[in-house]
Amino acid sequence: MTSIDITSTATTRMSSDISLLDPGHQAAGLTANNVSCWFGAKKVLEGVNLDMAPGQVTALIGPSGCGKSTFLRTLNRMHELVPSATLAGEILIDGVDIYRGAIPVTDVRRRIGMVFQKPNPFPAMTVAENVLAGLKLSGLKTTRSERDDLIESCLSKAGLWNEVKNRLGDPGRALSGGQQQRLCIARSLAVSPQVLLMDEPCSALDPTSTRRIEQTISEISETVTVVIVTHNMQQAQRVSNRCAFFLAAENEPGRIIEEGPTKDIFTNPRDSRTNDYVNGRFG
Amino acid sequence: MSVIGQSAPSDVDDNSASEQVVTPVVRRSGVDRIFRSVATSSGVITFILMGLIGGFLLIKGYDALKVAGWGFLTDSEWAPDQGGKFGIAAILPFTVQIAVVALFIAVPVALSTALFITEYAPRKIRRLLTAMIDLLAAVPSLIYGLWGLFYLQPRLITLSKWMANHMGWVPFFHVNDEYGTSLGIFPSSTFVAGVIVSLMVIPICTAVMREVFSQAPPGEREGAMALGGTRWGVVRDVVLPFGRGGIIGGSMLGLGRALGETIAVTLIISPAFTAKWSILDQGSNSIAALIALKFSESSSFGISALMAAGLALFIITLLVNAAASTVVSKSRSGSSTEI
Repeated sequence: MTSIDITSTATTRMSSDISLLDPGHQAAGLTANNVSCWFGAKKVLEGVNLDMAPGQVTALIGPSGCGKSTFLRTLNRMHELVPSATLAGEILIDGVDIYRGAIPVTDVRRRIGMVFQKPNPFPAMTVAENVLAGLKLSGLKTTRSERDDLIESCLSKAGLWNEVKNRLGDPGRALSGGQQQRLCIARSLAVSPQVLLMDEPCSALDPTSTRRIEQTISEISETVTVVIVTHNMQQAQRVSNRCAFFLAAENEPGRIIEEGPTKDIFTNPRDSRTNDYVNGRFG
Repeated sequence: MSVIGQSAPSDVDDNSASEQVVTPVVRRSGVDRIFRSVATSSGVITFILMGLIGGFLLIKGYDALKVAGWGFLTDSEWAPDQGGKFGIAAILPFTVQIAVVALFIAVPVALSTALFITEYAPRKIRRLLTAMIDLLAAVPSLIYGLWGLFYLQPRLITLSKWMANHMGWVPFFHVNDEYGTSLGIFPSSTFVAGVIVSLMVIPICTAVMREVFSQAPPGEREGAMALGGTRWGVVRDVVLPFGRGGIIGGSMLGLGRALGETIAVTLIISPAFTAKWSILDQGSNSIAALIALKFSESSSFGISALMAAGLALFIITLLVNAAASTVVSKSRSGSSTEI
């Protein structure tokens, strides 16, 4: 197994091979082949193989510290932002390796969006500007009417339009926590990602907001592949088609113990550890 | 029922006259009380010190101010000991000009340096650069002055001449035609003094800005990166908006230093007492340099006049800083961020 020096292949060349505002874009499949991760000398993830099929919702479950968030962050090259982080193996989007320079890193992150655990709207921007931030950040020019359409369609997809349509000029931080998180989802959708990664998106939210976001996930999953890390077993059952159970034994890196259709993982797991975890016996 | 807080909810107020609003009682522990008084007295000392300095300058300068009257603000020459007029109408504009030249150079340089350190530099270089900047900030201004006088000035005046010849249509760079091409008129100018002061200001500004930029919330940075943001995009949309207060604060700190810089300016300039727009040709001045130059040779009345000039500098510095802190408090600062 060879470890890739991820920083040296980090191309930041702009490319325009994807039309950002193309409404007919397709959800893309992600494939992880034998992915291992290190922070410095510490190996935190070993030999992960996982297929995340297009248009499906894949949930990553497992106790804290089992490497599922680390794995999620390898999927759109956020992992390498941590100094001393290294990685081996390959991640393919529709069969193309994202780490070996075939796609510029900015395009990788645009095609594979991310929603974080804590809502992080840009405080210096209004609600509308937050939605358009991705376009501005990547230097894309749009017309006024394109922008207006995009704001409405993305906020609607994120289930936020009716609540904020009269507050588009308010600062993003003026919204409630749940609204902020949906704003972040709208912001991610504005650059037409083919995959959306969600890192415990509801862990800081109340049950009502959580429910709204779960609705949003099932609505967008037709056009976007979703990979979600969650600690909430009910949530995993409600939103996901497939589930991957991660576990790290003491002083060992995290691995996938079992992976399959969500129903099977929860009702008929093959591994006893999976059974124990989904039934709340540890974690 | 008792209600804790400043005011009871109004809807229950009318029908229950028996309700008593409780004023929360805070009992401080011994340690807390001691710490509180130490902190309070330190804060009070700051105020006292400001008052003492201002009051001292006012009392000492009062004799001269009484004689000069409003002329202190409108007269350009400085001859208190010869029984002549004296005022800050020339030295104050010169002081401001030097400071503006210094900031004009220092702020962009400091901003870029700070951004390079926090956003682009590899970690080793980042540490080295940070240390170097801190070291530069510690170099005494006399050293800058000497180096500027003997090394930088002879080289810098070539640039002065070029600017006078090619950009003379800008009032600040205009030089009287009869000398226009001789190098001899360019040393000891506002421009040279400003450039040298800028060298002292750059490390201070850089240190403040770097500190603020490095505190830009990681959550927002990652949010911007995850949207496919370029490095520059992240700087523009996350780091700079977050650091606005620090940029202004750092610049104002630099301005304060530039306005008050004494020894380097004294070494460079040849004192002039007629205000002018042009910054390139010989002759400049500053309040601090004037005080340093005249102090040893002044009578008590002359010293009183210098004190009055010092008071003017003190007030201007206070105004600048007050303006800066107003701007900073109105912009978003680091403390208002949760991430």
